[in-house]
Amino acid sequence: MQNVAVTAVPAEALARSAGSSVVRTNKLSLTFETSDGPVYALSNVNLAIGQGDFVSFIGPSGCGKTTLMRVIADLEQPSEGSITVNGVSPREARLNRSYGYVFQAPALYPWRTVDRNVTLPLEIMGLSKQERQTRAAHYLAMVNLTGFENKFPWQLSGGMQQRVSIARALSFEPDLLLMDEPFGALDEITRDHLNEQLLRLWEKTRKTVVFVTHSIPEAVFLSSKIVVMSPRPGRIIDVIDCNLPPDRTLDVRETPEFLAIAHRVREGLRAGHSYDD
Amino acid sequence: MTTEVAGSAAVVRAPGPWSRIRDGRTGPVGLMLLLILVIWYAGAVYLNAPRLIDGYERNETAWTAPKLVDDAWAMERPILPAPHQVLVELNDTVFGKKITSKRSLVYHAWVTISSTLLGFFLGTALGMLLAVGIVHVRALDKSLMPWVIASQTIPILAIAPMIIVVLGAIGLTGLLPKSIISMYLCFFPVTIGMVKGLRSPDPLQLDLMRTYSASRSHVFWKLRWPSSVPFLFASLKVAIAISLVGAIVGELPTGAQAGLGARLLVGSYYGQTIQIWSALVMASILAGLLVALVGLVEKFVLGRMGVVTAGGSA
Repeated sequence: MQNVAVTAVPAEALARSAGSSVVRTNKLSLTFETSDGPVYALSNVNLAIGQGDFVSFIGPSGCGKTTLMRVIADLEQPSEGSITVNGVSPREARLNRSYGYVFQAPALYPWRTVDRNVTLPLEIMGLSKQERQTRAAHYLAMVNLTGFENKFPWQLSGGMQQRVSIARALSFEPDLLLMDEPFGALDEITRDHLNEQLLRLWEKTRKTVVFVTHSIPEAVFLSSKIVVMSPRPGRIIDVIDCNLPPDRTLDVRETPEFLAIAHRVREGLRAGHSYDD
Repeated sequence: MTTEVAGSAAVVRAPGPWSRIRDGRTGPVGLMLLLILVIWYAGAVYLNAPRLIDGYERNETAWTAPKLVDDAWAMERPILPAPHQVLVELNDTVFGKKITSKRSLVYHAWVTISSTLLGFFLGTALGMLLAVGIVHVRALDKSLMPWVIASQTIPILAIAPMIIVVLGAIGLTGLLPKSIISMYLCFFPVTIGMVKGLRSPDPLQLDLMRTYSASRSHVFWKLRWPSSVPFLFASLKVAIAISLVGAIVGELPTGAQAGLGARLLVGSYYGQTIQIWSALVMASILAGLLVALVGLVEKFVLGRMGVVTAGGSA
């Protein structure tokens, strides 16, 4: 455990000296070989995600946005092209534990209490018991779950469970947060509420966030940069910079600036579809 | 409307003694027990009557139906003893003898229990070991599983004497050979249940471990092992019951010195059916107690793991 922590420092230093890109891909493609023939999940993806960006991948189902995220996380291997995460290969980045992944489902371990779910990565990384307790308390407070430490996951609502999984991803303090449709399974009211909380969290921690969604308002509200993708083969259609005021609340969704960006995203998605037909 | 609801709630709160028996567990269990007793007593008369009638005719005794029934329920070596005869025998041999005596059923039950438990622990350990191997080593998955399944297709009655003889030849006698027969039977459900349990984590839970670049031992201890615990307990309940069967079967070819199996064998040598039945009843009581014990441990462990067991949900 100690060794990993020691080697992580030069890797990060290297990444910073190499440029400000946390994730950089060059002509990235991924083809799944299936029994029905090849499926082109990603095609010629060129992308740069800077330090402190909040980048959303948006597109219809099957456009490869989750696949792209999984390539960044070293959960899938690209067929062609190159990718670096923190200046090194995704595999090295994973071994350095440089990202936290929030899945579509909370993926909490049902036999662990909320507290012990949050400390799971810390146990694996060999932190002391006292440090684990401090971090769990800190990050559970950050997602407004103080007082629920000793509950089991089934005693929590879906939104609360997803917040636990966010606290779990933050607990080992990675610079990069990968979030794969984290609020997709929640009702709209809960989703709005969590969107606001996530935005405050991002402003507070200034982590780089990569966020997969198929909700246009969610993407526009949260992001500093929106990557519009289209399916078969999955590719990037448009990259939209989004500079809404940093202390925005949900009311920003009524403003002309917001609607203009949302319109451009919708146009991009439509263009992708007409191409598909 | 409100008063009506309150009224019906009051009715629910104060059930009569009859509805408590009917809706609770006592009613159905009691009824089933009664039914078994009736069938048993009737069966005793039906099966024992031909020999009694033969006897009456040979001795030229006059007999009536009530006398026949009375005699059928009080034979010394009946084909099927009546329940109360078995109970009297159980009472004599459990409470009427010193537990160190070879005539005490408690002594024989203890002999069987000790080899059952030793076999159960050995079998559980072997079963877990095989499951861990099968899940982690691809070659073992392909090569070991057919043998595990084949081992259970051999009738245990055929292989038990061989195990006893072979182990006896290398100087192993007493408790261990019998336990090994128990082990031979009970490792199987443990292996099957554990393999299923260790493979039960969903892809997301496994991916999560990968994002932490967790080692194989971390994945095992923090994910696979806890996931398998509910499966393990389901297997353990089966395992402990067939471990008892294994112990009894193991006592049959040992020359029948001690244990419930020995009681069965001696009983059948001398036509002591009452002794056989009391040993059988004892064995089933033991099986029930052992399974209940595993169930109790299960409830405790799963409760601590936050698993909601049926009936305990909020």
